[in-house]
Amino acid sequence: MGEDDLRQMIGRVKNGSLSRRGFMRRMAAVGLTAPMATQLLAIAGAGSAQAQGSVPAYRPTRRGGGGQLKVLYWQASTLLNPHFAVGTTNQDASRVFYEPLAGWAADGTLHPVLAAEIPSIENGGLSADGRSVTWKLKRGVKWHDGQDFSADDVIFNWEYSRNPAVAAVTSGSYRDVNAVKVDDHTVRVEFAQPTPFWADAFVAATGQLIPKHLFQAFNGANSRDAPTNLRPVGTGAYRFVSFLPGDTLRAELNPNYHMNNRPFFDTLEVKGGGDAVSAARAVLQTGDFDYAWNLQVEDELLKRLEAANRGRVNIVESGGIEFVQLNCTDPNREIDGERSHISTQHPAFSDPAVRQAMALLIDRNALEQFIYGRGGPATANFLNNPPRFTSRNMRWEFNIARANEILDAAGWVRGRDGIRAKNNVRLRFIYQTSVNAPRQRTQAVYKQAAQRAGIDLELKSVTASVFFSSDVANPDTFTKFYADMQMYTTTMPQADPQRFMNQYVSWELSTRANSWQGRNIVRWRNDEYDAAFRAAESEIDPVKRAALFIRMNDLIVGSNHIIPLVKRPTVSGSVNNLRHVLSGWDGTFWALQDWWRET
Amino acid sequence: MAQYLLRRLLIAIPSLLGISVILFTVLALAPGDPFEELATNPAIPPEVRLALRASLGIDDPVHIRYFRWLTSMLQGEWGFSFVSRVDVDQLILQRLPVTLIVIGSSQILALAIALPVGIMAATRPYSIFDQVANTLAFVGFSLPTFFTGLLLIMLFSIHLDWLPFVYRAQIDATGWQWWWEHIKQSIMPITVLGLFQGAAWTRFVRSAVLDVVRLDYVTTARAKGIPERRVINRHVVRNALIPVVTLVALQMPAVFGGAIVTEQIFRVPGIGSLLISAVLANDTPVIMAVTFVFACLVIFFNLLADVIYGWLDPRISYS
Repeated sequence: MGEDDLRQMIGRVKNGSLSRRGFMRRMAAVGLTAPMATQLLAIAGAGSAQAQGSVPAYRPTRRGGGGQLKVLYWQASTLLNPHFAVGTTNQDASRVFYEPLAGWAADGTLHPVLAAEIPSIENGGLSADGRSVTWKLKRGVKWHDGQDFSADDVIFNWEYSRNPAVAAVTSGSYRDVNAVKVDDHTVRVEFAQPTPFWADAFVAATGQLIPKHLFQAFNGANSRDAPTNLRPVGTGAYRFVSFLPGDTLRAELNPNYHMNNRPFFDTLEVKGGGDAVSAARAVLQTGDFDYAWNLQVEDELLKRLEAANRGRVNIVESGGIEFVQLNCTDPNREIDGERSHISTQHPAFSDPAVRQAMALLIDRNALEQFIYGRGGPATANFLNNPPRFTSRNMRWEFNIARANEILDAAGWVRGRDGIRAKNNVRLRFIYQTSVNAPRQRTQAVYKQAAQRAGIDLELKSVTASVFFSSDVANPDTFTKFYADMQMYTTTMPQADPQRFMNQYVSWELSTRANSWQGRNIVRWRNDEYDAAFRAAESEIDPVKRAALFIRMNDLIVGSNHIIPLVKRPTVSGSVNNLRHVLSGWDGTFWALQDWWRET
Repeated sequence: MAQYLLRRLLIAIPSLLGISVILFTVLALAPGDPFEELATNPAIPPEVRLALRASLGIDDPVHIRYFRWLTSMLQGEWGFSFVSRVDVDQLILQRLPVTLIVIGSSQILALAIALPVGIMAATRPYSIFDQVANTLAFVGFSLPTFFTGLLLIMLFSIHLDWLPFVYRAQIDATGWQWWWEHIKQSIMPITVLGLFQGAAWTRFVRSAVLDVVRLDYVTTARAKGIPERRVINRHVVRNALIPVVTLVALQMPAVFGGAIVTEQIFRVPGIGSLLISAVLANDTPVIMAVTFVFACLVIFFNLLADVIYGWLDPRISYS
């Protein structure tokens, strides 16, 4: 089934000559799963824009009465202004009080919070040329101090975040757009270019809205002095009680919340600090807390704790991926004081046969089974989620014999020490990653298999604080990539792959000239990829755009310069009777108002 | 005496300056910056991070940053945390009560164990009691706190389910309930720290008393027919405790400094956990302030110990 057929069918659903169910059935017949079919309908504008069923039903029939909700973070939040939130912990802590116009549901669709509806072409929210999006705000929303929430607040957030004197972390989402107040309850966001990914400003973590009347005096270099930075006044389901930076955050029910029968809990406590293992214990084993965030704990241990039958582990799909990069450039030659210079070529990895062999030598099944467990399903794709962007064309295989055949055929001959070589180039690679138990175990698995194919991997592990730092003076950072291969996890912060797939465009090359801040760390260059990315940047048609991203995935994975290993979904723990709404595309508390407890 | 004090205080100034220079250089040499998490987040353009660094003055050369820190410190401004953007003195003050209560009680517990056990063991050397006390003391200070902490958690929280292992600084209950909850959650951290410290001190008290108990004047006192109890309490312990007092005084800064490992295990929001999270986040102003306050306390209590020593032991004179 080609793009045209798909498009025709979607058209028939739109004008009513084909039922949604009929569409699903036909999709299933050609091997597309139901969620994927829903996605297609939704992105093509034929589903209701706020895809049905992306948020589970909320049962409580009255506000409050739920007692206390206790949440445990092993990293403590330190401040409560979303525009200064470095890292997810602080973004999540602010999210208890502040809300954006919309959030991302688990299936990668938008879900309205302070917006009355999700803009779409049908409701006139999206302009056909992709140059503007008009948000209708929910009416009757009040800040915790009783003031009305209006378009002025939304516009203020745009001004505040893009003000260089404020030094806001969120400024990347706001500095290139223009926000206009249409009326008291309508805001228009304008873009210089046609922008298919319009849901960035005012959406999700970076879109949390702070009140104008309390922050307008601090829109400048004095932004740090705003008392509301530590005593938030938001629109959220819970309002502020007390906050001890680096320790505990406490909140209570907001009696004037703008959604019916919400919230369920009377008070909320978010305790921070400690370590992931004991956090898992406190929820799964003793039930002292209701929810534990980001349990980066060995799956075997989690399974043992679950056996206590008090709590369960939640695995939520997101875009995080653990992968290996094979350097395109030569890390051992120095040009103008810079190694891995883009004018060089890697002596071995420039041969596609070597790359192909490398891709065949990692046993992803073993990684999933023995190292990562449920926290790391094996994958052949770099771009894995949301499902509408998943390529079906890539396969992975673990086959040492074939790797040997390929290398033999390409003329790489084993030397006396068993290591293959050709034209004085030996297949001996430095393989670096950060210090982290599963990564070291993966390195060992890879090394063993490579040895059997005549490739010697020299394992190197760098402390995470050095490896992931942006220290220009340090040669061991991952952005410098002064090694033959390296491995780490890259995350996808939004349900749209544009910011994710820019990791392989030629203008993002990580070089000395940009202090190694470029996102293309493997230094791969491909004209077709560049062209596809440029096209996707302004392609308004969602189906065509999805096809472009799938093509990009196939190009980079097909080159074997990138070897995807396992997906990294988010893992958390909760007690059995807690009913929460989680999403891999947004913060933990993105739908806190919908959390409740079954009794 | 006054002259001695003055001289000591004057010596303290260069040592504090030296300490601050070393701390600052080491921190500046350490890799990473407080905005590391932004580096791996593709939604945040690198320019934003560079602008943030510039706005906090992290990009200036080390010596300029040091003198900026020193001048504001001399004016009583401790700076603000890069991570929470809260003033550092406020952060420290918030953590002080919990630190004093938990670490302070653990030191009292340690003394309450070390003094009687150490004295009893020394007055009956090589008896069964002494052997048992010695063995336990060895075990006590050989086991690191992170191990005993986990052991206690496994036993009392997970198997018996008696005590909570997550310390909560704010508890909703009032009256007796409030006290009870606080005591319940403090038992384990205090025990872990107290037993560890107590074990070390027991050995010290024992050897100090043992040194004194063999002296001739003690034999004389016994020969005079003074009851054994009185000999020990009035004549032996009083003299034996002089070095112990110094040791305890030198331990006092630790009460303020918190206990990094134990606080981390039990999630006690003390100064130790503030320090470790600041170190992990490369939050220079907080690390500087905490370590510098700690350095000041060490120097101050050193001085205090010397002064107390002279007061307890008339043979030492400062003139």
